[in-house]
Amino acid sequence: MTNWTNRIATVLMWFTALLVTSVFLWIITDLLRQGITHLSWEFLVTAPSDAGRSGGIGPILISTLLILGVCLLTSVPIGVPTAILLAEFSRKGHWFGRLIRSSLDVLAGVPSIVFGLFGNAFFCFYLGMGFSILSGGLTLSCMVLPLLIRSTEEGLRSVPDDYRQAATALGLSDAATLWRIILPAATPGLIVGLILSISRALAETAALLFTSGYADRMPQSLMDSGRSLSIHIYDLAMNVPGGEAQAYATAMVLIALLLIINVATSWASTRWLHGRISL
Amino acid sequence: MSRLPSDTPLKWGLRIIAAIAGTIVLLIVLFLVIEAIPALQTVGLKRFFTDPSWHPAGGTEAGTFNLIPMLVGTILVTAGAILIAAPLGIASALFCQYYAPLRLGKLYRHLIELLAGIPSVVYGFWGLVVLAPLIRQWQPPGQSLLTAILILALMILPTVMLLSESTLRSVSHSYIQAANALGLSRWAIIQSVVLPTARGGIITAVLLGAGRAVGETMAVLMVAGNVVQMPDNLFAPVRTITANIALELGYAMDHHRSALFVTGLMLMAIIVMLVGFAHWINKGHVYD
Amino acid sequence: MSKKMTYIALLQLTIISISMILSGCDKHENAKASEIPQLQGKLILTGSSTVAPLANEIAKRFEAQHPGVRIDVQTGGSSRGIADSRRGTADIGMASRALKSSESDLTAHTIAMDGVGMILHQDNPIKSLTDKQILDIYTGKITHWSKLGGTDNPITVINKAEGRATLEVFLHYFKIKNENIKPSIIIGENQQAIRTVAGDPNAIGYVSIGTADYEASHGIPIRLLPINGIKATVANVRKGVFPMSRPLNLVTHGKISPLAAAFIAFASSSQINDLVEAQYFVPIAQ
Repeated sequence: MTNWTNRIATVLMWFTALLVTSVFLWIITDLLRQGITHLSWEFLVTAPSDAGRSGGIGPILISTLLILGVCLLTSVPIGVPTAILLAEFSRKGHWFGRLIRSSLDVLAGVPSIVFGLFGNAFFCFYLGMGFSILSGGLTLSCMVLPLLIRSTEEGLRSVPDDYRQAATALGLSDAATLWRIILPAATPGLIVGLILSISRALAETAALLFTSGYADRMPQSLMDSGRSLSIHIYDLAMNVPGGEAQAYATAMVLIALLLIINVATSWASTRWLHGRISL
Repeated sequence: MSRLPSDTPLKWGLRIIAAIAGTIVLLIVLFLVIEAIPALQTVGLKRFFTDPSWHPAGGTEAGTFNLIPMLVGTILVTAGAILIAAPLGIASALFCQYYAPLRLGKLYRHLIELLAGIPSVVYGFWGLVVLAPLIRQWQPPGQSLLTAILILALMILPTVMLLSESTLRSVSHSYIQAANALGLSRWAIIQSVVLPTARGGIITAVLLGAGRAVGETMAVLMVAGNVVQMPDNLFAPVRTITANIALELGYAMDHHRSALFVTGLMLMAIIVMLVGFAHWINKGHVYD
Repeated sequence: MSKKMTYIALLQLTIISISMILSGCDKHENAKASEIPQLQGKLILTGSSTVAPLANEIAKRFEAQHPGVRIDVQTGGSSRGIADSRRGTADIGMASRALKSSESDLTAHTIAMDGVGMILHQDNPIKSLTDKQILDIYTGKITHWSKLGGTDNPITVINKAEGRATLEVFLHYFKIKNENIKPSIIIGENQQAIRTVAGDPNAIGYVSIGTADYEASHGIPIRLLPINGIKATVANVRKGVFPMSRPLNLVTHGKISPLAAAFIAFASSSQINDLVEAQYFVPIAQ
């Protein structure tokens, strides 16, 4: 009897894996096959025309990068110091650290559309930034903050205590220990945090719909509205009859961008880390 | 660490920045509340549950504000997605750890990681142009509760799988070896040793998956059909709370806009409850 | 060393304050720029997704004539156009309907006329529907095309989400309340209705005639139905005989900048009639 359940379980496990793999391969091959036919250098650099049915995604790529830039430039200077405080200077169980941690836990769970509501009310209207790349980037910045802090903190915690003790023994100040020893050793964690934040920011749509807006033209400043790749896919899919081919191609670009960032940063981080250790 | 007086500015600097990071949640709640107050004052919370329908554009008197069909939509879509994604995700994690040969297991995990990185708008797009037309041929109109459940299940499966797997990895090898020595079959070991030990982590994985499903907007907006109604079967269109905000915020004014912020507050409440529940389960597990 | 860290803290405070100030600055510059006789600055138009493509074309031509001017056009429905112009979020709102009595604080500048027509998929054999039949479809009394002499398939009824002018025009003509409509799919923009009908042979929807004509002439498989026996054509809207027609308006609130005034004058002039016609709307300027 037990033998039978064991066998059935084994078959079910393999069946699950097969099912999941085939469904996902279906999606991926579909995206690849339909997307690649439209992909070209032209597509990457020209502006969209005829509501996106022809032309490319040049200005949209630029807007996406600008939104991402604003997001990282504001989230890293807040996220990294917070992670340092939580990991290095906060005693276990201290109320301040606990409060900030639980606040960040809730922030991590906030649905992206709620970030959209907040960004729309706060950045666009209250601070008067309107529908702009700045509003969108700042909204995303709030969204990726918990991710960034969590992984940076883990990176810092993974640094062996020996390092800290050795530094104290040498008479280094806290700041010097942090700057010269702990931060370099915690870099991989920080980079993982950056990758996760970039990936989340690039993939985001709902939080941008009502903050960075729809305009598909080349932005001239951070105060202009700019359309991200994800919103472009949404718009082509929902609002442009005959826009599917371009939506597939844009989706390919977005996924490729996510993959490249992942691979390149992990490659760079191992290389950089080796350089440090050999010193 | 040593706490030298010379480093006090550094610590205070860090504390101030950390306080900024910690206040963002409060700022979000504050602004949701500020924007929601006009609707809460003139429409009142009660009417969000007792009005005959959701037609908020008519103004505070003529308009109607019943949220229940959309709350039910959110619950049904989430429950359906969890019902599919939880068994498949947990089985996938078990497959990776205990059934697949080492290389295959790694490959499978890489595949799932890749899928976790695909943006929700791409899943929604695929659901709209491939899945919905397939379902339409079978049961029109195609954009339906079922389509939304299937797409969401695909999206949260990687979350459930990857988080469960990392819990499984932390199950002590000595337990498994001991059970092995007793001559238990693989499934019996999983049933009697692995799953009880990893229970807290797996429940957390499912809860986080549920949180993601509740909050997902774009994919659902693109495939659910967005009719505000109590769905009477799997092929009927539904609208979720999140999709409603995305669909109407750009067009909403005055009390309609304010009502949407009320729904945003409700979403926050649901999420805080899920996060709290996950915390509670994890803590309970630590001590047993 | 600790100085370095405080610098970082300072730097980031600066970033935040700069970002906060930037928004203020930008508006200030705009105000100054528009006082100079040579037109310069930025205009933001928001509102109706029916007017937006036309406004976009007009804006491009206006920009070509006035280098230094940038005009951003954002869609978001007539209600938002009205709200944004009132709140000052947009310099000019776009609305694809006449102003209501409650909106008398605003000024409407009509730039073209348009009609709202019913659309079916190209392959749907139905050639015409009476007003009563359309009403019955939308209120759920008729659920299958076979009852109207078509195929034996359920009807996919497409309705627009709250706040869209096209919905209001439709409700007004058929004298029904949105509460009584039994839709299968709710959509946002005109284009989404066309996209849904083009992808579903059993669907029925209503959209701007201009948008429908434009898409149909670009190979999208949809077909406009006559309303009350009158063909849904631009010519009939022009003659004023098509029942579901409406003005396309630019909406402003209070005193407006010289730049906005110049743009509205341009958009109301006959210089843009070819653009109006290219979008299948009816020009009104002589």
